[in-house]
Amino acid sequence: MSFIEVKNINKTFKVPEKEKGKLSVLKSFFNRKYKYIKAINNISFSIKKGEIVGYIGPNGAGKSTTIKILSGILVPDSGNVVIDKLVPYKNRREYVSNIGVVFGQRSQLWWDIPAIDSFNLLKDIYKIPDDKYNKNLNELIELLNLKDIINIPVRQLSLGSRMRCEIAASLLHSPKILFLDEPTIGLDAISKKIVRDFIKKLNKKNKVTVILTTHDMADIEALAKRIILIGKGEVLYDGTLSNLQKNYDYLRKIKVKTKDKIKIKRNYIVDEKNTKDGIEFTIDIRKVEISDFIKLLSSKISIIDIDIDSGNIDDLIVRLYEEYKI
Amino acid sequence: MKSYLSYFKLKFTIGLQYRAAALAGISTQIFFGLVYILVYVAFYESDATSIPMPLNELVSFLWLNQAFFALVYLWYKDKDIINLIKTGNIAYELCRPQDVYMMWASKIFGERLSNATLRFLPVIIIAMLLPAPFNLDLSITLPRFIIFIISFILSSLLMTFLVLLYHIICLFTLDEKGIVNIFMVVSDILSGLVLPIPFFPTFFQNIANILPFRYISDFPFRLYVGNIPLKEGVIGIVVQIIWMIILIIIGQILMKKALNKAVIQGG
Repeated sequence: MSFIEVKNINKTFKVPEKEKGKLSVLKSFFNRKYKYIKAINNISFSIKKGEIVGYIGPNGAGKSTTIKILSGILVPDSGNVVIDKLVPYKNRREYVSNIGVVFGQRSQLWWDIPAIDSFNLLKDIYKIPDDKYNKNLNELIELLNLKDIINIPVRQLSLGSRMRCEIAASLLHSPKILFLDEPTIGLDAISKKIVRDFIKKLNKKNKVTVILTTHDMADIEALAKRIILIGKGEVLYDGTLSNLQKNYDYLRKIKVKTKDKIKIKRNYIVDEKNTKDGIEFTIDIRKVEISDFIKLLSSKISIIDIDIDSGNIDDLIVRLYEEYKI
Repeated sequence: MKSYLSYFKLKFTIGLQYRAAALAGISTQIFFGLVYILVYVAFYESDATSIPMPLNELVSFLWLNQAFFALVYLWYKDKDIINLIKTGNIAYELCRPQDVYMMWASKIFGERLSNATLRFLPVIIIAMLLPAPFNLDLSITLPRFIIFIISFILSSLLMTFLVLLYHIICLFTLDEKGIVNIFMVVSDILSGLVLPIPFFPTFFQNIANILPFRYISDFPFRLYVGNIPLKEGVIGIVVQIIWMIILIIIGQILMKKALNKAVIQGG
């Protein structure tokens, strides 16, 4: 039995549907029509203790819904979830004292008061002993660089500062599992780096299991060895990131700055575009080595400058979404 | 228990920060107190034959209503809780190892009590200093005072659980407008805050006596001014306790139902 075991879970939402046409508002006042949306369709996976898993998928794929089921907030229509021997939505109060959750789009801090007051409230809520609380708090203040912002009312903080406080708030009670739902949304480069480094350290030092959803593939690259890709509520891929790259990341863009004009026809050239001061090739590196292609190129034209785009994980995901039609 | 108490503490300290709001509250309460009393004085002067309640008792009763208004009125909406439901931030509430029902009850009670603490004393002092027949008369016997204190504590709790029930209904409607507002207005009338219960036609008096609403302000304050005999007061306290238990049970059941099929707004 794995640490986190998810088996065949389903969740359907009922949403009111708006009708078109005249008097539709009046009609729907008396007889409202509903539409059923399957947010999650038969999802299963298991996660070992101490893993960092990136949970990715396009908007509306069911990522947040899954996180909410795993953190005991939503109840699935069918299927089983067992985490650390507990069923999240059945033993909610017992279970949640061992997890930390960060919803990037929401706030758990009290708006009108400094973050430290919210932290003190959380200390009482989770019944954290004094010494443990002080130790955790000092560690978090140092690692997340909170010293200057912790005494300012939350409403006056920038998004990045607030997010760091939010993450600290979720970790005061040293949870065994950390759920991060888009933790880097809207953050600048420095804040992103602080958050990523921190998550890595936390995972290494305290063996915290981390499940992370994000649209920023740099997060995944920096943190998660394993990814689970879902689309339209189903698991499409579950495995390592490097494996995925091998299978999907085979196109390279080569920009050549040149005054010459040529047309090359080879089976490995996917695309050739003339740009303002040169040519842009897209080649398939499964079929040809880049060095061979450059040799061929330099024998035909004079190259002033060359730029090889080394495969972008965002493109990979776009291609993946396209392939799965999600 | 300590963790619920800290919600209460926090709400209380936040509430105490808003001094301007308290000042506005005090002036509103004094203004409304005076308007009500002037109307009733005029009414009593024109026809004193069919009065259900002596004027001095009525005046003191109205002042007590105004002084403790923050603890007794029923169309109260806790902005935080409503926002939690509307924006979906309730997700965080559910990640806490706590009973959401008790958590929300302590939030509501904390805010209402902090409002009342800042406001009641100035209103009472000013009302006592007014010339007769407009003044508040606080004289009371000791046994009556003891029964009043018990009934007043119970009425504040009853108010909390009743208001909380409206907020739980919002979990189903996902908005506080509509049905919840109707409930709030009806309960406000039946609580005797708009028109004291003795002025109701007998039929409506009977209805009001069965429902919990009048046990929140009408019962403890009329008990204080001596309009309700002590024996009836003890019975009233039993009714308060019964209603409190009923409201808690209904609230807990509804809450459980709502959370089982919770929809978190906004993804």
